[in-house]
Amino acid sequence: MDIYRAHVLVCGGTGCSSSGSATLIERFNEKIKENGLDKEVKVIRTGCFGLCEAGPVVIVYPEGTFYSRVKPENVDEIVTEHLLKGRKVEHLVYTDHATHEQDATKSLEDIGFYKHQMRIALRNCGVIDPENIDEYLAMDGYKALEKVLTKMTREEVIDEVLKSGLRGRGGGGFPTGLKWKFTYNSVADQKYVACNADEGDPGAFMDRSILEGDPHSVLEAMAIAGYAIGASQGYIYVRAEYPIAVKRLTVALNQAREYGLLGENIFGTGFNFDIHIRLGAGAFVCGEETALMHSIEGKRGEPTVRPPFPAVKGLFAKPTMLNNVETYANIPQIILKGSQWFSSIGTEKSKGTKVFALGGKINNTGLVEVPMGTTLRTIIYEIGGGCPNGKKFKAVQTGGPSGGCLPESLLDTPVDYDNLIAAGSMMGSGGMIVMDEDNCMVDIARFYLDFIVDESCGQCTPCRVGTKRMLEILNRIVEGKGKEGDIEKLEELAQTIKSTSLCALGQTAPNPILSTLKFFRDEYEAHIKEKRCPAHHCKALLQYYITDKCRGCTACARVCPGGAISGEIKKQHVIDQDKCLKCGACMEKCKFGAIIKK
Amino acid sequence: MKTLAELEAIRKATLSRINLRTDEKSETTRVVIGMATCGIAAGARPVMLSFMDEIEKRHLSHVQISQTGCIGMCRLEPMVDVILPGKEKVTYVHVKPEMVPRIVAEHIVNGRPVEEYTIGAAEKN
Ligand SMILES: Cc1cc2nc3c(=O)[nH]c(=O)nc-3n(C[C@H](O)[C@H](O)[C@H](O)COP(=O)(O)O)c2cc1C
Ligand code: SF4
Ligand code: SF4
Ligand code: FES
Repeated sequence: MDIYRAHVLVCGGTGCSSSGSATLIERFNEKIKENGLDKEVKVIRTGCFGLCEAGPVVIVYPEGTFYSRVKPENVDEIVTEHLLKGRKVEHLVYTDHATHEQDATKSLEDIGFYKHQMRIALRNCGVIDPENIDEYLAMDGYKALEKVLTKMTREEVIDEVLKSGLRGRGGGGFPTGLKWKFTYNSVADQKYVACNADEGDPGAFMDRSILEGDPHSVLEAMAIAGYAIGASQGYIYVRAEYPIAVKRLTVALNQAREYGLLGENIFGTGFNFDIHIRLGAGAFVCGEETALMHSIEGKRGEPTVRPPFPAVKGLFAKPTMLNNVETYANIPQIILKGSQWFSSIGTEKSKGTKVFALGGKINNTGLVEVPMGTTLRTIIYEIGGGCPNGKKFKAVQTGGPSGGCLPESLLDTPVDYDNLIAAGSMMGSGGMIVMDEDNCMVDIARFYLDFIVDESCGQCTPCRVGTKRMLEILNRIVEGKGKEGDIEKLEELAQTIKSTSLCALGQTAPNPILSTLKFFRDEYEAHIKEKRCPAHHCKALLQYYITDKCRGCTACARVCPGGAISGEIKKQHVIDQDKCLKCGACMEKCKFGAIIKK
Repeated sequence: MKTLAELEAIRKATLSRINLRTDEKSETTRVVIGMATCGIAAGARPVMLSFMDEIEKRHLSHVQISQTGCIGMCRLEPMVDVILPGKEKVTYVHVKPEMVPRIVAEHIVNGRPVEEYTIGAAEKN
């Protein structure tokens, strides 16, 4: 095996691939060869580093220098300066949003973005080559499987998972060990292990990153689960919209089979286990466990009533144990380092870490993994770098379409399953979307409801019709046609939908509205009573004005697509409100800040 | 199908290949070679290649080779720092490829710096 003195890690995650990391890899290889460094320096494509906003991301080891937004034309410089002469290319080194520091000697661990993180589920993402099983092995890969098969009884494995306190990362937070135990207790000639990689939550990409960056960790965990509950077959249900993840999973499956880590008689212990991949149809409701299983069976992906729970009667009417991707990714570490280690991290009832996909009005959009109990403030400001352009923070949305929006006053909430529920939101699968002063909370609620109306499977009348009624009311409110009594009607509908829907999609659908009503009721009232949108977001409720700062430069009049601006040169201009299309072009164009909206 | 022993061998071999990306820096011995223009002109590249050869030959997976820019003592180039875990940095000067096997064997493997090649010895002359 060749040894190299330097490794150039180029992110091959979905974010960076779309900003051109494949071209970078080619270019690096060319340039390295040209400079005669190909025996010393190796280029490796990895999974997502979590800082997609700064992509494409390149890290040069052993220094751990973090380059961001690397363009193909920068490659020459990195090769000739850094790789050949050992001088970091300072102007390409990542700048920390939280501290505005750009320190060329800074390595990965010192960047604010990583400092507060703790990587268990993501530990190999951005470190190993996901298409090379040897690298996973080198990071203690498949040692946990070896340990359970050669040294632990099935009961001991379940007990270890139970004692670790791990809870499901797919949204519900159900204790994973209990689920394993229930399925273990079910008696049947055949049982199944399944992995939920449907990830339909808008803005979420935790599971995708794990599958792209460290697919073997999920395969290994599923085999461990199979041994524990007594299953010889696993299914991974992954959305078809994740082509890179599907490809890496397929490569990983084949490599694991080739090494005898999946298949018959693993490690000569007589344990058989293999995994099939099933592509999801892309409906949000297919992520619900009963719907997912129907979909794997080739039926329509619609939820059905529980009980029977999957642990008793799941796939093909056999006991089935379904866990989320991130839940699985924790398992090998729990087995290797022990339940005590795992349960020492986090809070009393939420152990370990959680991965969040940070998005919205935040400087460092990307993927972060923090110990349970980290406050929202630390995640948003110290890791996420706060809101861009000096805007004021307004709210943070967690839990996706089932969750809620929390205001500034709750930023010191330590994040875990129970605290988020107590605060009026929920953990969900890990989407975290930040809103600033320009976001209208009524419109945010409308966005989530709109999503639900599209994604409801339609079986239950309250979920199908009730959410549509709520959406109509919200549409009216943002258009300035809200009526006295609308808020009460929303609350009434929300209660009915919550209590009479069959699956959690319907039961949680009103949450975004209820939480915004709780914390931002004044915004609803301003829309309804004063016909005013406090965030100046809702078009129907807003007007553009030209103030006396106007110098009469005519720039606005020239860009106005509606011909709404008139005025003489060097005199204050005016906007004809009847003609104004509210496109905002004039405001952007005005160099004197003379145009305002209110 | 791989046996447990074969898997363990793959783990070891691969780890030495990727160890520069892992965090366990405290256990690593670092060899830092001055590779700015002055160092390269004085012949630092062949020196670095000999270090890589030697280290690979002896399977020293805990040794990391990295490079640094100009230290400002161009007349002493090629310069190489060897830092053993928990030990002071030792700087070798005017290093030539022929000297590398001795540095690796005596200093990196056995922990005894090769005094006559160090900066202290050079400054005395
Ligand atoms: C509408 C709906 C969508 C869901 N989508 C997902 C999903 O995309 N991924 C996921 O892991 N769980 C999803 N869940 C939760 C699953 O039903 C199930 O609880 C979870 O996969 C169990 O794994 P865990 O215990 O490891 O969290 C969804 C639930 C509902 C009601
Ligand atoms: S609650 Fe909604 S999504 Fe769930 S089964 Fe009923 S109609 Fe379908
Ligand atoms: S907002 Fe658009 S349409 Fe209205 S005045 Fe400005 S440029 Fe014209
Ligand atoms: S895809 Fe490259 S950092 Fe996320």
